[in-house]
Amino acid sequence: MEGNIAELGQYIGAGLAAIGSGAAAVGVGNVAGNFLSGALRNPSAAGGQTATLFIGIAFAEALGIFAFLVALLLMFAV
Amino acid sequence: MASDAHGEETGLSFHPMDQFLVKPLFGTGEVHWYTPTNVTLWLFIVAAAIIALLVAGTRGRAIVPSRVQSVAELAYGMTYKMVEDVTGKDGLKYFPYIMTLFMFIVFSNMLGLLPKAFTVTSHIAVTGVLALAVFVSVTVLGFVKNGTHFLGLFWVTSAPLVLRPILAVIEVISYFVRPVSHSIRLAGNMMAGHAVMKVFAGFAAIAVISPVSILAVTAMYGLEVLVAFIQAYVFTILTCVYLKDALHPQH
Repeated sequence: MEGNIAELGQYIGAGLAAIGSGAAAVGVGNVAGNFLSGALRNPSAAGGQTATLFIGIAFAEALGIFAFLVALLLMFAV
Repeated sequence: MASDAHGEETGLSFHPMDQFLVKPLFGTGEVHWYTPTNVTLWLFIVAAAIIALLVAGTRGRAIVPSRVQSVAELAYGMTYKMVEDVTGKDGLKYFPYIMTLFMFIVFSNMLGLLPKAFTVTSHIAVTGVLALAVFVSVTVLGFVKNGTHFLGLFWVTSAPLVLRPILAVIEVISYFVRPVSHSIRLAGNMMAGHAVMKVFAGFAAIAVISPVSILAVTAMYGLEVLVAFIQAYVFTILTCVYLKDALHPQH
């Protein structure tokens, strides 16, 4: 075994940060699923709300992207 | 450790992140600020493609549009409607800027999907400049249009008085985190998608799972085409939202 303990910590940390991506996936799925269930109840109002849908998805996804950024920083920058 | 897992016995040796390297076009010297690199080349290709679609494509001004002209009209109409819906009538003054942003991002995302292409928007240096430009111009515009009333954006009058200082702190933080999330969302999505495709392509070297790998790359490619468009759309629509906040800070 070679390598040092800091590198081990970096890889473990990057892997842990990937959990954040999964959590963001839950969030995005929640937004899209709720939009769909609302849209099926009132299809005539759904068309005007696609912009809101994408904004909601973007905000939910931003935190997953932050987790990805942490992983990238651990792998390549630290 | 990770680098010798693939390579020697498999025959394919590339790193998934190699595609994002900035290389000089001529020779192998150091990259200075004036060096023509692959980024420069692809920025020019993106600009040329946009000009080809929007300027050369609509040159005929036909009443029954040709295929290229109808695509250009579709792009124009979609962006125009998005600005009008999200920002309101008074936001249409800033439509040219938003149209420029949208066309640049959608073209660099889509052209980056070509094999051997370089995705300009996968670099935070590029998206950071775009997001910072939006942030600075929107903040300046908010103060120019509303004066000190723009600070009302951080003072939520619909909340109870006790909560307002706490909310103000949160609102200020979320305001200043905007350019960060705005730029990293685009760059991160582009980078992650392309890296995933390269990772799956790397599995193709192992004979047993190469059909699965080819299927996975094909599926990911389809998803990436979708993501390339959606991320451009999201970037543009968030710009519209920020612009709306600057024009009407009360709500």
